[in-house]
Formats: sequence, C-alpha cells, structure tokens
Amino acid sequence: MRDLAQPTPIKRLVRFLGDNPMIPLIVLLLGLIGLLEVLRPGIVNERWIANTIKFAIPLAMLAACQTLTMLTGGIDLSAGVVATIAAFVMATQVPHLGVPLAIAVSLVPALLIGLLNGVGIAFFRVHPLIMTLGTGLVGTGILQVYQRSVIASGSVVPEVLGWLGSGRTWGVPNALVLFVPFAVVLIIGQRRTGFGRLLYALGANPGAARLSGVRAWQVYIALYVLSALIAGITGLLYVGLIKAPSLSLVNPLMLPSVAAAVIGGTSIFGGRGGYGGTILGALILTVLGTMLTLLQMPEGVRRILFGAIILAVTAIYIRLTESN
Amino acid sequence: MRRILSENGWVIGLAAMLALLLIFTKMIQPQFGLSGLDSLSRAVLPFAFATAAMAVVVIAGGIDLSVASMMAVTSVTAALLMQGAGDVAAAGVVVFVLLLGLAMGALNGALIVVTRVPDIVVTLSMLFVWEGVALLVLNAPGGAAAGWLKAMIVGGVTIPGVPDGMTAWLPRSTLFMALVIGAIWLPIRRSRLGLSIYAIGSDANAAFRSGVPVARTRIAAYAICGLLSACGGLSLTFSTGIGEPIPGPYLLASVAGVVLGGVVLGGGRGGLLGPIIAVVILRLVRLDLTLLAVDPNVTTIIEGTIMVVVVMLGGLLAAKGRH
Repeated sequence: MRDLAQPTPIKRLVRFLGDNPMIPLIVLLLGLIGLLEVLRPGIVNERWIANTIKFAIPLAMLAACQTLTMLTGGIDLSAGVVATIAAFVMATQVPHLGVPLAIAVSLVPALLIGLLNGVGIAFFRVHPLIMTLGTGLVGTGILQVYQRSVIASGSVVPEVLGWLGSGRTWGVPNALVLFVPFAVVLIIGQRRTGFGRLLYALGANPGAARLSGVRAWQVYIALYVLSALIAGITGLLYVGLIKAPSLSLVNPLMLPSVAAAVIGGTSIFGGRGGYGGTILGALILTVLGTMLTLLQMPEGVRRILFGAIILAVTAIYIRLTESN
Repeated sequence: MRRILSENGWVIGLAAMLALLLIFTKMIQPQFGLSGLDSLSRAVLPFAFATAAMAVVVIAGGIDLSVASMMAVTSVTAALLMQGAGDVAAAGVVVFVLLLGLAMGALNGALIVVTRVPDIVVTLSMLFVWEGVALLVLNAPGGAAAGWLKAMIVGGVTIPGVPDGMTAWLPRSTLFMALVIGAIWLPIRRSRLGLSIYAIGSDANAAFRSGVPVARTRIAAYAICGLLSACGGLSLTFSTGIGEPIPGPYLLASVAGVVLGGVVLGGGRGGLLGPIIAVVILRLVRLDLTLLAVDPNVTTIIEGTIMVVVVMLGGLLAAKGRH
C-alpha cells in the first residue's frame, strides 16, 4: 500500500516510461547514434543522417503493412513479394508502356494479391499468417513465370523513381516528399478515423466488435488491399533506391519489417501499438545495421547480434508497458 | 471402427490421396520404380523432419520460425565434426548433435517463457541468431559425413535371412524416418508430457488451472522441436555428405505441411502423421509436375495454390461445422 501512495523514483520512472512508450525508443535510437559516433568519430554528419533516413524509409513503409495488419491481430507476410512484383513489373513494362502507365499496371497485381488475402481472411477465416504466406508463394511463382516472358525486353528504372528513391535536395532525401504525408496520414488515420478505430477494435476484441455492428469482412478486405497497395508503392520506391530490379528485390526487408513493427511496440496479438513507434523501430534497425557493418564483424556475429538485440528490445519494451 | 474413421478422416483422406498420386506417377512415368521411390523418399527426409518439428510446437499452441535455421546449425556442426573422424567417433557426433538440437530448442522455449515476448517474435529473432551461428561454424558448404550413416538412408531395406524381393521395395530412408520419429514421438504422446502438450495447446488457462506445468511443458515442446530439427539437419548432412550453412526452404514447407496435415494453428489438435503425409504429397506433386515437363516455376504457383485452396476449404468446413 505504501508503495502505491509514495512510489519510489525508479517505480515512478518505470510508470512514466510505460505511459510514454515512445521515449525509451527515442533514447535507444539516440544511444545507438551516440555509440556509433564513439566507435567511429565524425561519422554522424548531415550526409550520414540523410543516407540513414533514405534506407529507413522503405523499411518503415513495408513495416506499415505489418503495423496495420498486426493491429487487427493479423500479419502480412506477402508484403515483401508484393513489393518485389510491383517493382519488377514496373521496370519491365516501362519500355512497352511508358512510365505513368507502367506504374499504374504494376500496382494491379499488388491489389489482386491484397484482395485475395482479404477474401481468404474475411470469408474463409484462414489465419492471416497462412493466407499471406500462401499468396506470397503463389506470387513468387507467377513472378518467375512472368520474368521468362519479358527476359528479352530488358528493364528500365524511370528517372522519376530514381530521383524519389535515392536523390537529395539541399541534403534532404527526396523520399521524404512521399513519406512525410504518408506517415502523417497513417498516424492521424489510425486514431482519428473510423477505419483506424475499427482496426483497434477488431484487434482488441473481435467478438465485441462484431456485436457492436462492425462488418468485419469489409474491414479485413479494405485492410489487406490497403496493405498490398502500400507494399506495391514501397517496391516502386525501393527499386528507385537500389536501381537494379531483381526477383528477390524487397525480400530481404520482409523479416526486418516485422521486427520494426514489433520493436516499435505494436502487439502481434492486435489492439495495441501504432505507426509512430514503427517509424522509430525502422530507424533503430537501420542504425543498428550500419553499426554492425562498421564493426567489421563476421557475417555470422552480425546476424546473431541483430536477432539478440531485436529480442532484448522487445522484451524490455513489454516489461515496461506491462508494469502499469 | 466408425469412430476411428471419423477421428482420422483427414489423415485417411491424405493417405488415399498419396496412394492415388503414387499410382498417377507410375502411369505418367512407367519407369518410376524402386530407384525413383528411393530418391523421392530421400529428398522428402529433411522436409518430413522439419514438418514434424513444426507440428509439435503448433500442437502446443506455438510456432517456431527458426526450424530451418536450427537444421542448418545441426547440419554444419555434424559435417564439420565428422570430417576426418572415424566410424565410432561419428556415432558420438550424432549423439552430440541431437543433444545440441534439444538444447537449442529448449533455449527457444525458455526465452519465450522468461521474456513473455510472443513466440513468433522470439523465434523470428532466433532465426537470425541460429543463422549466424551456422555461418560461424562453417562459412561455406563443406565438411563430410561418415559412410555408414549415408548407407543408412540410401537404397532399399535389406534384412538378413529375408529374401531381398520382400523388403527391397521399402526405401531405407522411409524406414529411418518412421523409426526415428516414432521413437521420439510415440513414447511422448503416450506419456503425461504428451497429454500436457495437447492440453496447453487447446487452452493454456484451463491447463494451468488443472495443474499442468504450462511453462515447463512449453519448453519441452520447443526442445522436442529442436531435437526433430536436429534429425532433419543430420539427414541433410547424411544425404548430401556436406553441411550447408544457408537454411533451405524448409520453413515455408513445414508450415504448409502442418496446415495441410490437419494440425490447427492455435494448437491442441492433430498429430504428426498427417503433416508428414502432407509434406510427402507436396513433394510428390512437385516431382509429377517435373515429370510432366511443367516449368518448375509453375510448380511453385501450383504448390502455393494447393496450400491456399486447401486451407480456404478447411476454413469453410470449420465455419459450417460451427453452425
């Protein structure tokens, strides 16, 4: 009882951090950057920051797919494949169709996969993990067959995407032109719009949401189509950054995108979290990646540290938010 | 009899489908015989162990995304230690690697219990960790496997005193798989531990209230998963003769096998036989499509479609059953 009346400073701190879960993430991010500066003095400059942001943006966008679906207790494991398909189809169709049409065409398969995910999850009650894994597998196969048919025509990454993905204006990455409005819409949308609240409601208690008149199937279909659309746009942005379309372009970002959402405090069981944390999660993972590369450790040690740090951060985060 | 039929309907259906597929294979490829069956069975071996490993944790209500990485760790460890080792030492290596698998799995389980982080996230992190460990053990494919271990899974079964014609149709690798998985899983399933695994899978709260040690059972389930992954890693090393540090496509295949095999994600229902038959069917479909000269990439599409359609049908049936 006395503890409750007069909390010790440590308990008060823990409770404060639990109430404001973004603060420990920001501290962690600044700590990592500080550590980087200590390890390699002078590395943290304007150019480095711009580069880090440039590489963190595609990861953060792909992690938006995971964040949104995880709010309802789902996950979108097809996001990486969808992004790759969009990028590859766009790059190979530019010689035939021109840039604007190629971009429009490239988002069609993305939307179809999203629709299929939504239908399977909403009407057939398939677990999202299985459904998106399966559609991802189908998508990979279709992409490989498609590649056979366009092997002769070559591929072009349009200049506008190159500008968006890797260019900088006055030292600021151009990708922010796309990302800032995107993030603002998501962060405001998740709390202030009906659709955003429905996601939280379905994730927190699907039964209660249904009883209050939520048409779950509409939400699921809209959600997974939206997620696929975001993934497709991410693919277009990422190919502008990497400038070499391939059949496994975005796949390496797939697992880190789940990790970014989880580190950012979104619960994989649904109903808790938000996109703000995910952006921090993506930045943390990108800085971590740079640091592990700089340390010139063997690839094996890097992967071990990467996995261990994701686990440690998530564990601490859960402790902090659970204690209040 | 009717009870057995209705309880095992899914598995019986899968077995019938497997038989039909085998007949179909024989029809499109009349030369498909002992050697074909033998190589199919050997190719299936790592997939079957991965699926069995995944099935155990899914029955316990969890999931383990690090199965393929654990297989890579055990495979390279075995290959590295067996290099230049004698036949007797190789047996020691096998025992050591099995214990290693058990320990890795137990560590996964313990981390889930201690950190209270969701199992998907823990095993996702451990996927990176075990991948890193495999790369540290062996940087590039290499190592060796003892000859007698390889002989254990190549060719048909021969029993001294019994004419070859009676036993040679059965590939050794099939027998090996049945014996190993049977020896690990059957005693567990019959024991208290097996009952506890099903109990925590179907309702962890109810299990806790009826006195099941939930934390310990969960760790045990992950340890069994690690042990079976180690068997998978060993079978990889036996059949190829080397260790390969980059994990193969076993994670996706094992999840597909588990789901098609009638184990419900979320836990508590199903067994190991269904998933194993399902993964064999998936490999056989792949073989048939290759025999039919279908583009291997189309094969991937068909595999994914089978998985999606079957789970959708399963979902529909489950929804019907609830009404």
